Amino acid sequence: MQGRLQLYIWMIVLICLGLGSTAYKNLSLGFPLVPGKKTTVWTVQAKVNFVGLGKPVKVSLNLPDDTEDLIVIDSGAASPGFGFQRSTSGPEPLGVWSAREVKGPQTLYYQARVYRGDGKPYLEQEGAPKPPKKPEFREPKATAADTILADAFFRSADAETLAVRLVQLLNSKEPDENVRALKQGLKGSAEKNQLLLDLLHTAAVPARLLRGVELKDVGRRQKLQERLEIFNGKNWVVIHPNTAEPGISETFLPWQRGDQWLLEVEGGRKSRVNFSVNADERAASSAALYLGREQHAGLVDFSIFSLPVDVQNTFAVLLLIPIGALVVVILRNLVGLRTSGTFMPILIALSFVQTTLLTGLVLFLVVVGAGLVIRSYLSRLNLLLVPRIASVIIVVIALYVWLSIVGFKMGLTEVLSVTFFPMIIISWTIERMSVLWEEEGAKEVLVQGGGSLLTATIAYLVMTERHISYLFFAFPEMLLVVLAIILAIGQYSGFRLTELHRFEPLAREEP
Amino acid sequence: MIRFATPAMLRRAGVAGMNMRNVRYIAQSNPRHLYPLVDNKLRTKEIAEAGNIAVPKLIGVVKFSGQIKDLPDFLASHDQFVIKPAQGSGGKGILVIVGRKGDQYIKPSGTAIDFTDVARHINSTLSGLFSLGGKPDVAMIETMVQFSDVFDGFSYEGVPDIRVIVFKGYPIMAMTRLSTRASDGKANLHQGAVGVGLDIGTGRALRAVQYDVPTEIHPDTGAELSKLKVPHWKDLIHLASSCYEVAGLGYLGVDVVLDRDRGPLILELNARPGLAIQIANGMGMAPRIEQVNYEIMRKMRPRSFQERADWSMKEFQAE
Repeated sequence: MQGRLQLYIWMIVLICLGLGSTAYKNLSLGFPLVPGKKTTVWTVQAKVNFVGLGKPVKVSLNLPDDTEDLIVIDSGAASPGFGFQRSTSGPEPLGVWSAREVKGPQTLYYQARVYRGDGKPYLEQEGAPKPPKKPEFREPKATAADTILADAFFRSADAETLAVRLVQLLNSKEPDENVRALKQGLKGSAEKNQLLLDLLHTAAVPARLLRGVELKDVGRRQKLQERLEIFNGKNWVVIHPNTAEPGISETFLPWQRGDQWLLEVEGGRKSRVNFSVNADERAASSAALYLGREQHAGLVDFSIFSLPVDVQNTFAVLLLIPIGALVVVILRNLVGLRTSGTFMPILIALSFVQTTLLTGLVLFLVVVGAGLVIRSYLSRLNLLLVPRIASVIIVVIALYVWLSIVGFKMGLTEVLSVTFFPMIIISWTIERMSVLWEEEGAKEVLVQGGGSLLTATIAYLVMTERHISYLFFAFPEMLLVVLAIILAIGQYSGFRLTELHRFEPLAREEP
Repeated sequence: MIRFATPAMLRRAGVAGMNMRNVRYIAQSNPRHLYPLVDNKLRTKEIAEAGNIAVPKLIGVVKFSGQIKDLPDFLASHDQFVIKPAQGSGGKGILVIVGRKGDQYIKPSGTAIDFTDVARHINSTLSGLFSLGGKPDVAMIETMVQFSDVFDGFSYEGVPDIRVIVFKGYPIMAMTRLSTRASDGKANLHQGAVGVGLDIGTGRALRAVQYDVPTEIHPDTGAELSKLKVPHWKDLIHLASSCYEVAGLGYLGVDVVLDRDRGPLILELNARPGLAIQIANGMGMAPRIEQVNYEIMRKMRPRSFQERADWSMKEFQAE
């Protein structure tokens, strides 16, 4: 009785902890309980090429900044042979690759995931920027510039409206002769933007260029787009250098400002950087996540979301296992299904996640069936246990190879996923089924094999259910609730479903 | 048509389910550290002999391969003997020798085998071929049971043993399993052996089932099963009851065989006896377990095995 009481207390504690922190994360931190709408998540990649000179190399790349609408999360810098670190000592974050000695063409990648959400925009240090150095215009451009500036000055109220007026003038469809004179010989928008800067600097307005990636333009080999940033006396404001629209669009990802460099390569030459943008739809709980990041709520700081993305993916799989375990416990202790190996069905279900259900079922039957035939021959050789299992493992791997090759030649690429089955587990399954066959007959093998596959299928269906897998990933504390349920079943002494049939003859008669 | 009973109906019939057995009976009355005593037949035999419990006599134990070469001399005086693995499962690896013909050994089927075959069998046993999980094992050599002829005509092949469930020292249910052609000579109920429930009070057959269906006659031998009555019943129940002192397990399965000369002998003890015995008896065991628990609570004084056995025979006798 003492044990039972302890058990009940534990169950209550576990359930309160699990549901409580789930409720807290949901109600206070805004983690949604259901996976919710899918939103766009961008993957931005910067690809740096250079030629190494056989000397120590240090490559610094300016990294993108958060905006009010976007949140940037580093997701890796794949560069074999280079060390990578994120340096935040400077005014803006840099990615720094370094290597002792590099020769020949090199490629470095930096990748970031960009989510929609309230980010922390880049903030200039306190104080107004120094007054800009006045550029010198040559005649006849000097006169034209003076005239335009005078015109714009009179038709504007402050630095910002002055810039707007200048942009309008320079981009007007019917430019007057002064504008024509200024624009003479200019190629492309980059030089026009430089001209705009020069004009603003002449008027003693601090201005600079903001370069970044427009995420809407999905594709490879993106160029950085330019925006004009003007200091209006209090802070920096952005206007579009062609349309004079204020502010940046929701999907503009700033990468570099003013005279900061974008890329610096020491010990290499012919350096180049390319950008590519990839968009995909994901069920994101990111909004809640970054809300939590800003508040530094302990539960979020210590949640799975604070881990690197690849580790997060590992946990997304690991967190499925307790659900599978719960399914096994229910099917064995409440339903009374007989399975071969207690938790073998979970591992099979995890393989199904990779292979898809139907392919997985067929492959399992083929491998175990063929394994049983070969094992039945091995049993005639009277081998000892460990050598016998070892032989079965080799047979299983040979089966994998053979199936993959034959299937591939026949154009059945699904067969290649056979390698997702854990071969040690499959070997033990074959061994156990084979012993079962000899001792208890084929019927028992069918019962237990069928029970295992049924359990694996149900576990697979539950584990891959979108809402369930999301719930356990976003709220790992739900595991405590699962633990409480399993503890409760562990003390269940009532009948199993199959026993209602097995002992039915006893209920029919008079006691 | 699959028929189901409701849990309430089964509870009314006093049926104990697997969860009940595991959580209430086994987990609460069988201390884990005592399992090796019954899982290893050699240790069972040692404690049984120390407790004056009748068992087939141990002739010797082969623990190392090196001892095999001395065996022919050692066995010279024994024409009949049984070699079995101490930790065998499901009756695997039992070699019965019923006689000699020169240097050869005769099996029950009449085939003669050489000593090299016997040696190989022992070697396989030592290396764990027959034990659970392939653990290294020892080979026990014991005297052959001179089976009583009570079951002649009742069983298709082999000689059945009698399973008694002893709860906290009180025998509560008994049955015997008769192998059939369908069960391939094995005594497993779900493989088609006939289960015969035996009256704890008298040793008479209560009813018989095959594949969970009541049956009157043995399907192969045609014997009328209701005529089955196990002799030496009182001795048998006393013997089963006395195993409690020796094994210390509260929920214990005792397998007994009848020797023509020595009477009931303990063949094996089981720490996790199954529940099929309820089907063979046509009744649930839960009320009897309750009754024993109540009796233990009521009687403060510990009782001898004779007192417990007599109480059970009186209380659980069929009308």
